[in-house]
Amino acid sequence: MALDEIKIGGMGASRRRVEDNRFIRGKGNYVDDIVLPGMLHMEILRSPMAHARIKSIDVSAAWEVPGVRLVLTGEMMAARNLAWMPTLSYDTQAVLATDKVRFQGQEVAAVIADDPYIAKDACQKIVVEYEALPVIVNPFQAMEASSELIRDDKENQPTNKIFDWEIGDKEGTDKAFAAADHVSKLELHYPRSHPSPMETCGSIADFNRATGKLTVYMTSQAPHIVRAAVAMVAELPEHMIRIVSPDLGGGFGNKVPIYPGYVISILASILTERPVKWIEDKTGNLISTGFGRDVYLKGELALRKDGKILGVRMNTISDHGAFYADAQPSKFKIGLMHSTFAAYDIPVAHLTSTGYYTNKAPGGVAYRCSFRVTEAMFFQERMVQAAADDLGIDQAEIRRMNFVKDDDFPHRTAFGFLTDSGQYEKCLNIGLEAIGYSTFKAEQEEARKRGRLLGIGISTMTEPLGAGNSKEYDILGIKMFDSAELRVHMSGKAILRTGAMNQGQGHQTTWAQIVAHELGIPADDVTVEEGDTDTAPFGMGTYASRSTPVAGAAVAMVSRKIRAKARKIAAHLLEVSEEDIEWELGRFYVRSNHERGVTIQDCAMAAYSNLPDGMEPGLENNAYYDPPNLTWPFACYIAKVEIDPETGVWDVLQFVAVDDCGVRINPMVVEGQIMGGLTEAYAMSSMQYQTYDEEGNCIGSNYMDYLLPTAWETPGFELYEVVTPCPHHPIGAKGIGECATVGGPAAFVNAVMDALKHTGVRNIDMPMMPNRVYEALQTGKDISGMPPVRSGD
Amino acid sequence: MYPSRFGYEAPKSIEEAIGYLTAGAGEAKILAGGQSLVPMLKLRFAAPEMLVDINSIPGLDYINIGADGSIRIGALVRHEDIERSEELKTAQPTLAAAAHLVADPIVRTRGTFVGSVCHADPQGDWAAAMTALGGHIVVQGPKGKREIAMKDFVLGPFQNALAFNEIAIEAVIPAPQGTPVGSYLKLERRVGDFATASVAVALNIQGGNVVRAGIALAGVGGRTIDATEAASVLVGKPLSEDSILAAAEAVAAAAEPRTDHRGSSDYKRQIVKTFVSRILTGIANSEQKVA
Ligand SMILES: Cc1cc2nc3c(=O)[nH]c(=O)nc-3n(C[C@H](O)[C@H](O)[C@H](O)COP(=O)(O)OP(=O)(O)OC[C@H]3O[C@@H](n4cnc5c(N)ncnc54)[C@H](O)[C@@H]3O)c2cc1C
Repeated sequence: MALDEIKIGGMGASRRRVEDNRFIRGKGNYVDDIVLPGMLHMEILRSPMAHARIKSIDVSAAWEVPGVRLVLTGEMMAARNLAWMPTLSYDTQAVLATDKVRFQGQEVAAVIADDPYIAKDACQKIVVEYEALPVIVNPFQAMEASSELIRDDKENQPTNKIFDWEIGDKEGTDKAFAAADHVSKLELHYPRSHPSPMETCGSIADFNRATGKLTVYMTSQAPHIVRAAVAMVAELPEHMIRIVSPDLGGGFGNKVPIYPGYVISILASILTERPVKWIEDKTGNLISTGFGRDVYLKGELALRKDGKILGVRMNTISDHGAFYADAQPSKFKIGLMHSTFAAYDIPVAHLTSTGYYTNKAPGGVAYRCSFRVTEAMFFQERMVQAAADDLGIDQAEIRRMNFVKDDDFPHRTAFGFLTDSGQYEKCLNIGLEAIGYSTFKAEQEEARKRGRLLGIGISTMTEPLGAGNSKEYDILGIKMFDSAELRVHMSGKAILRTGAMNQGQGHQTTWAQIVAHELGIPADDVTVEEGDTDTAPFGMGTYASRSTPVAGAAVAMVSRKIRAKARKIAAHLLEVSEEDIEWELGRFYVRSNHERGVTIQDCAMAAYSNLPDGMEPGLENNAYYDPPNLTWPFACYIAKVEIDPETGVWDVLQFVAVDDCGVRINPMVVEGQIMGGLTEAYAMSSMQYQTYDEEGNCIGSNYMDYLLPTAWETPGFELYEVVTPCPHHPIGAKGIGECATVGGPAAFVNAVMDALKHTGVRNIDMPMMPNRVYEALQTGKDISGMPPVRSGD
Repeated sequence: MYPSRFGYEAPKSIEEAIGYLTAGAGEAKILAGGQSLVPMLKLRFAAPEMLVDINSIPGLDYINIGADGSIRIGALVRHEDIERSEELKTAQPTLAAAAHLVADPIVRTRGTFVGSVCHADPQGDWAAAMTALGGHIVVQGPKGKREIAMKDFVLGPFQNALAFNEIAIEAVIPAPQGTPVGSYLKLERRVGDFATASVAVALNIQGGNVVRAGIALAGVGGRTIDATEAASVLVGKPLSEDSILAAAEAVAAAAEPRTDHRGSSDYKRQIVKTFVSRILTGIANSEQKVA
């Protein structure tokens, strides 16, 4: 008589996404859909220059435009101690520039007016006099002794260097390299890209002088962190701040940081005593908000003749833009870069990193990944491929040989992470079988004879998801746990709230499935709410694939608390002692008589109508979950490509993805995440990047220049599944939202490199645009660095 | 993305539209499909005082194919209409091949063929196709109609030969001598991207010989490149491996590409050469050449 779990939309059910109904019908509720009485509109004037001293700002003509209510400059912000704000990496960032502009697109002034057209017109009337300064567009310029100092606002900042950092065992690594048969080296650049969610950033600040309460509707992946930060910056009491994130049109890490626009709109509302709406335009979003990557690598592998990796040495140089604004929760300066090679059994490793300021937009740096994990895994898989080619070993074999074995978990990595579980070789085997690896070599040879260039590229990796355990991870000192609150109504319907923040992951759908799994309440009977700090319990937000590992665990834990109370009520209703009660999905019954039972809905009603003596009424609870470890999913991605040697155009002939993210709550949602991530992986490898010309002009400031692939270019993906339950997660789930973006790019690049192997080319940096592939083919030389930018037009 | 303030008129006749343009004295602009003009307004790259929307003028959405094979395309024919026209597929293979490569399906439902030619974007596909076809544009102004040959119509990047108060009312492709064959190839970084390089080939074949060879290029110069002179090596004989190679090399030499983020000038020339050769080889190998 237990319920059919799939029928009630429990674990494993590919239940249709609850969210989609309203999105497809145009009934979503995004920040820009919200209209408040008396609302004003704000527009930001941005710097056209990448590096310049501001000599003067004349706003008088802007004030004269009819309908203008307020014009704000850095000077006015400074008078209120708000010209600068702290970043999540303990640096400062200009809200409105006072002294200099440090990147193209930096916020210089703001106009608040009756409608957005007026605000835009008035912005154009502001006259700013700039004195151009030398522009630095990459870390190699930034490190030159003679380079212009970007952060002359800071004390103790004599150069453009932000940090030096290292981790691992230098001495041991040196020894391993000295003893190696072969050292394989590779230099790579992971280009800058932008998460570019369809919805840009925006806010409506509404300060009510009468109540003293500040309400901010905003595009945030982490509303609770914003409340804490606003309390600190604006010195408002926490209970007088309400942050509401309504529907978000994507985030991908772009909506974790706190941006000047939010702060300016808040001050504008305080000054005008009217709600102030700010909606960034697409260009504003692309040129000023959190980018991802922009890291250079020097990588070396110490190898035994047979391909066994004896040691890893990596040096990274990262470009952080004008302010060090990484929105990362770890104490590690280069994020989780040292999770690199976690899938392989490496005896010893050493990583050094240096970060620099440049005259480019500041970044949150994580784009659909845990901080720096995308780079870590890309570098890893490119280095493994190069090592295989250098030694003339099969690319699948070198991975197989170095994998952590199934019975070696938990495994301590060379850099100190503890990976939890996995079946790496099994995943690889499934992938190889699906792509037809055993016959590929012959196929490749034969094709080459006819002038066709085929290649297969493999990428296998595990990554740390679900920041984090509270010992090592925090934001502004706040530990990285999450919570859930569940209230079961008397009819057995329920409302669940968490501190996570959906932005496309489908929380409304999947959280209800966890409740269904734990309590047998049909998923359709559970409302899920997030995003309003006045009603949702505390949580650190959604990014780094942490929602299911952390908030999802809290959902399971709170459901179990509810079940524990319901069991007591059931014993009362069935007139037996609690020890004689058994549970099956949706129902308690008497052990000796399966027929005699009560449903969870019966217990809910009794919680309001027929309680045992002395029991507190109601059926609700909350749970905080502090994860003991990160979760470690595994992925094996294999691409098969063909290059047109006359044009350099490459096509993906087949793509196979084998993902092991532990137990899948909603397989369809998981597959959607993988498909989306692989699309972004393909994008990175082929076209999606941002670059800057020598003057610091951003190339990639609109969708004609910043290319996102469409359904036309994007290849089809074949998905396969392996399930290794996470040993330390209450429902055995691991993160999955980012695996494909992280692991995917190397599969495409490795495939193109495999197709070019006979030419001696070892590397083409992303994006592998046809002209770059063609050039490599013609010259037999590696193509490194960012593509050349527009000259002259 | 908020444009500057502008006035708006939606005239019901060409004469009325010309009246608004004349009154606007250069500050009024025609709005056709809006797929180039509206983005420029939103970015505030353009701020005309007045938009004269020609979409309400009846009778401009025709594709007429004459008995002699000449083709007239009215000012309100959308890219999509060309793409979906069954008649054009056989009557005009160059246009048919280009149609699905212009922009993306959404843009193609609104953007107009004639508007695209008027826009004179050096990367525009239709100006290249029209140039290869040796077509002309019929324009109407306060003093009546005149014809402007394609080679005289595009003056430079985003510059056409229209006076401020003239409207392009139709594009005309002359009757072919013999059988019209041809194709269009475009290298784009992604659907909806402008051409890194594209090649329009329009040949007339009679008695097995090429009697007219029109080739034009987009994306490889400051304006649409008319490579018809370079293509003249093809004329007066059947297509052969030798003539194809000679034409491909001559056309590539006629390109004026610049190095930019889409590729080096050498690379773009290589694409032109490859595409010319692929199109001509395709024609040589197919039934297209029969007549
Ligand atoms: C995302 C995107 C991708 C695109 N990709 C491509 C591409 O790959 N290839 C390509 O060729 N084009 C591309 N375009 C441009 C598109 O083809 C436009 O439709 C076309 O260039 C202009 O036609 P329109 O009817 O939209 O003209 P409008 O935008 O209305 O007008 C363009 C200009 O022409 C003038 N004009 C229009 N009609 C007339 C007329 N009858 N007489 C006189 N002047 C006139 C207008 O005043 C204006 O100056 C793209 C556009 C977009 C938005």
